[in-house]
Amino acid sequence: MSKRIGKQTIQFDSPPSIIATASTVGPKEGKGPLASYFDVVLQDPLWGENSWEKAESKIVKKTIERVIQKANLTPEDINYIFAGDLLNQLTASTFGIRGFNIPFFGLFGACSTMSESMSLGAMAIDGGFADYIVAEASSHFCSSEKQFRFPLELGTQRPLTASWTVTGSGAVVLAKNGSGPYITHVTTGKIVDLGIKDPMNMGAAMAPAAADTIVAHFKDTGRTPKDYDLIITGDLGSVGKELALELVRKSNYDIENIFSDCGIEIFDPVTQDTHAGGSGCGCSAVTFAGYLYKEMQNNKWNRILFIPTGALMSPGSTQQGESIPGIAHAVAIDNKWA
Amino acid sequence: MDQMQDMKKEYAQMVEKVSPKSNTVRDCARAFWVGGVICTIGQIITNIIKSFGYSQDEAGILTTITLVFLGILLTGLDIYDSIGKYAGAGSIVPITGFANAMVSPAIEFKKEGYVFGVGARMFTIAGPVIVYGVIASVIVGIIHYFI
Amino acid sequence: MDYIKAFIVGGIICAIGQILIDRTKLMSGRILVLFVTLGAALHGMGLYEPIVKFAGAGATVPLPGFGYALAKGAIEEVEKVGLRGAFMGGLKATAAGITAAIVFAYLSALIFNPKAKE
Repeated sequence: MSKRIGKQTIQFDSPPSIIATASTVGPKEGKGPLASYFDVVLQDPLWGENSWEKAESKIVKKTIERVIQKANLTPEDINYIFAGDLLNQLTASTFGIRGFNIPFFGLFGACSTMSESMSLGAMAIDGGFADYIVAEASSHFCSSEKQFRFPLELGTQRPLTASWTVTGSGAVVLAKNGSGPYITHVTTGKIVDLGIKDPMNMGAAMAPAAADTIVAHFKDTGRTPKDYDLIITGDLGSVGKELALELVRKSNYDIENIFSDCGIEIFDPVTQDTHAGGSGCGCSAVTFAGYLYKEMQNNKWNRILFIPTGALMSPGSTQQGESIPGIAHAVAIDNKWA
Repeated sequence: MDQMQDMKKEYAQMVEKVSPKSNTVRDCARAFWVGGVICTIGQIITNIIKSFGYSQDEAGILTTITLVFLGILLTGLDIYDSIGKYAGAGSIVPITGFANAMVSPAIEFKKEGYVFGVGARMFTIAGPVIVYGVIASVIVGIIHYFI
Repeated sequence: MDYIKAFIVGGIICAIGQILIDRTKLMSGRILVLFVTLGAALHGMGLYEPIVKFAGAGATVPLPGFGYALAKGAIEEVEKVGLRGAFMGGLKATAAGITAAIVFAYLSALIFNPKAKE
């Protein structure tokens, strides 16, 4: 019988399988270190559409179509889509998913949306409410700069702590029956706010939430860093990663040797000038769907803790002087389950 | 409550230590020479216009119009943002930067239409400059009247 | 000689702006507002005119120069027509620059599209 363990974790008795993944990325991601792992690399960030927002919706639509196909299913087989993005009122997801006729839960977790969607999808399947679900998340550099920051043609400088929003969508199909990799545990994050107000240093804003969820996961499950081959956050970037490592150390867990971050993996900071690293819902989504999933199938890692991180703010909230709270949701993924 | 404040302070110190800082000397040098060049170009334009017989005041106005035009053209051609990345304040502070700040949101929000997109958004960054500049000038004028 | 003075003074004003960008958390929009207000205030105190006489475009091209132009216009109008000149003079003096910006920005939006950054 699946159960809640500890304060924030669910342990599944019949862990759902991730039976297929799909990823679509923009040109810059296609020039990064993980380029060969993505299904589709766009040459045109508009993908022939006439606005960034429409382009993002097209990316969402095509990626979900592809993942359903790769799972050897049709849209009629999918019970729910759990998906989200960064745009106001989730319009990128809405207009991308509009035509599918599949019951849809739209989610906002900022850049933590991929693990939020995977968590809820896994819970729906394990609870007996679905056989197949699609979990997806997307972001687009241009549409998010337009909404959160500055027009593209404005001559400004980005500080070294700033990150680069990934253009891309990553999707997975979760199934009740399959041969893994399995989602065995879900640790749902709490909002954690240590008072960071600088929207140009998101890594610092989110690191406390990442550390909090990692420690909660260990405490709830009784596991230690030795039990994992890889613990990988969503987009803490180089600055946030250092901070999270320190914070986790304060709770007496040392994860340094197995700790990485999707924002750090996806871009080369030297040749691509991405400062602290990649960010956005798409960052963790495409890194998981492409790189992490494929290398788990190659047994490079057998058990990972995938923990996308989100900065919960709006342009208005920072203008009002509010700090930037963070949240991080962890999903434990295992090639086998006992 | 106090414990939370302490945690926040301690964390802020950690962040300060870990966050990389930009190379201020190098950045200022770049801002200096690019800003200087833009101003020099302005001076060249003024002198050329004056040589056609215009007064200093008229030349000043025409120089402003020319620099605004150049800033906007370079923005439309996708060049000004690269200058800005290199030069920072060297491209933001001159009047060409003001022009860039008006046209870049206008271009960006074209999709939202010509009234609420182009028309309204043109002033998102430039608006405050005009508002505060005008208010400051009114105050200066009023004070001048009474002195 | 003009050109060297313009280069140096203009460069210094920009470098000051750069220090603010690098060392404070001020966003560029706030720095522009600060500079334009300072230009107006300095001219109100009679301190900016000498810089303009010395450096020409080096003082008028950077944003404090825009504040200076606004304040100068207000003062001149006050001297001509009295108190209401404070409300009439600023925008009157800078009309050409602002109008040019509006017109060219609009034309630009008709012609150009934003390009993604690489």
